Amino acid sequence: MTVVNPGGRAVAETRNRVWDAGPLTKAVLALALVISAFPIYYMFVMATRTNEEAIDVPPPLLPGGHLGENVARLLATEDAYFLTGLVNSAIVSVTVTLSVVLISTLAGFAFAKLRFRGGKALLGLILVTMMVPLQQMGVVPLYELMVALGWTGQLKAVILPFLVNGFGVFMMTQYAGQAVPDELVEAARVDGASTMRVYASVILPALRPGMAVLALLVFMQTWNEFMWPLIVLNPDNPVVQTSIAALNQAHGTDYVMLFTGTAASVLPLFVVFVVFGRQIVGGLMEGAVKA
Amino acid sequence: MTLHVETPAPARPGKRPSTSGRGRGGARFARFDLLVTPYFLVSPYFVLFAVFGVFPLAYTLWVSLHDWELAGDRTFVGIDNYVSLITDEAFWNAVVNTLGMFVISTIPQLVLALLLANALNKRIRGRLAFRLGVLLPLITSVVAVAVVFTQLYGRDYGMVNWFLSLFGVDAINWQNEKWSAWIAISTMIDWRWTGYNAIILLAAMQTIPKDLYEAAAIDGASARRQFWRITVPMLRPTIVFTVFVSTIGGLTLFTEPVMFDGNPTMSGGATGQYQTVAMFVVKEAFRDFDFGYAAAAAWLLFVLILLGTFVNHSLTRRIGGTK
Repeated sequence: MTVVNPGGRAVAETRNRVWDAGPLTKAVLALALVISAFPIYYMFVMATRTNEEAIDVPPPLLPGGHLGENVARLLATEDAYFLTGLVNSAIVSVTVTLSVVLISTLAGFAFAKLRFRGGKALLGLILVTMMVPLQQMGVVPLYELMVALGWTGQLKAVILPFLVNGFGVFMMTQYAGQAVPDELVEAARVDGASTMRVYASVILPALRPGMAVLALLVFMQTWNEFMWPLIVLNPDNPVVQTSIAALNQAHGTDYVMLFTGTAASVLPLFVVFVVFGRQIVGGLMEGAVKA
Repeated sequence: MTLHVETPAPARPGKRPSTSGRGRGGARFARFDLLVTPYFLVSPYFVLFAVFGVFPLAYTLWVSLHDWELAGDRTFVGIDNYVSLITDEAFWNAVVNTLGMFVISTIPQLVLALLLANALNKRIRGRLAFRLGVLLPLITSVVAVAVVFTQLYGRDYGMVNWFLSLFGVDAINWQNEKWSAWIAISTMIDWRWTGYNAIILLAAMQTIPKDLYEAAAIDGASARRQFWRITVPMLRPTIVFTVFVSTIGGLTLFTEPVMFDGNPTMSGGATGQYQTVAMFVVKEAFRDFDFGYAAAAAWLLFVLILLGTFVNHSLTRRIGGTK
């Protein structure tokens, strides 16, 4: 340790050093980056190779030129219903995302900016229920409910249960609380605006950045859903995740086709991430500090 | 927009905004609006929650007290299902697997996340790129992660065995043994979640006042000492939060072990080496069609989560307790 004297220079040096990335930090970060990226890179490499190359020792690490034929084989594999799965996942994820964002902004506005009897208790109830893993706990009755409604095998069976998202309400309540000054709501009231008008003209514009982050998180979460669709949907009308499970089961030895499907299933998420990555990081970090 | 926010608002007593300048009908509407609209705004969530949240939970409890098959026999049997479960070796095997994988995935994950967050907090070029990089696994879907890792852990052509063979280790059949399957599945979980937890911890780290570190540095505390004596204790609420989230995720583990098996039979290997409680529930309900038994197992899973949360809460409360 450096000798610390009261002179300003030495203090400044000590202070700075703690925050500078040393060689160890740089090595840790570089390693983390490699480990994070490698399986994804490997997945895309495999999607461009043949099965013979895939089992080479040591394994291939550079892309090959067989992506086209792998895609063609994937699309020709009828029992996986891969394209149907992709389209279904898009429908389900977009519907769930739009609905959750709408429901959450309405409730978040009420909890953060309106006073009503029982409001605090209701918000508390939402926080408590966020701890309950509904999808795992309730599979049996949810399934019976879907049977009773005649919805098994249909997309609404995987849409409706996911509209219950306590995290969304919580996040929008937090966001509305700090993004919209009370004075703004009051001023709109003075001008004679009704509650819904305040929502549409004051709240929604102010919430827009928070809504974007919530939308991205919900979209990714819904796109990833596996257990419930596996239970309630039929193999001929899957979502993309269950389609890959079917591919894995029936054609697990055709590695490169399986990897082509897997790569295609994460591609939409990567596009979203590349475009909105900065906002996602910002949103996650903001949410973390407030939680 | 037609709002005139620049108009200074007149001083008003109380919270209720004035509704002057309107007709009597308007006033009545305004009062109704203030009183009722909030409930209208929160109602969509609560209606959905009642149907798809409260109802399933309560109904699960009801079903668990029956010998209940889909569209079949429904006899009230009291706590028989629970009694059978408690003596069911397969159930306890699933509980042990779930807890085992939870422990060997969560502990290294949080330690690594803490170190990674500390590294990300340093002054370095391309900070955003590093932050995005460690989040990359999070946006990769779990099924995709499981497919890739299962291939990497393949016995004959997998990269892990190839790498180990360089050190003279014989090919391991990762699915075959409990310990190896647990390790393989835990690495899938950790690969996906470590970066996310690091970002959450990083956010909290940035709220720690810098003066604390400066004071410690002047007192001659090394960077390592500052990390353990300032950073970790100050992060306690966030660590509790990440442990809490990991507990729920870990105890409901499903997708990774199902995909690791290849066949979604929910059996988790030939002798159930990596069958989790969530898989057990799905197997009882949708492979053996014993809904009552599955419902009872689902409730025990919930009890397990409550216990896990409680234990972790008491443990993490001690972090930095020496301060």
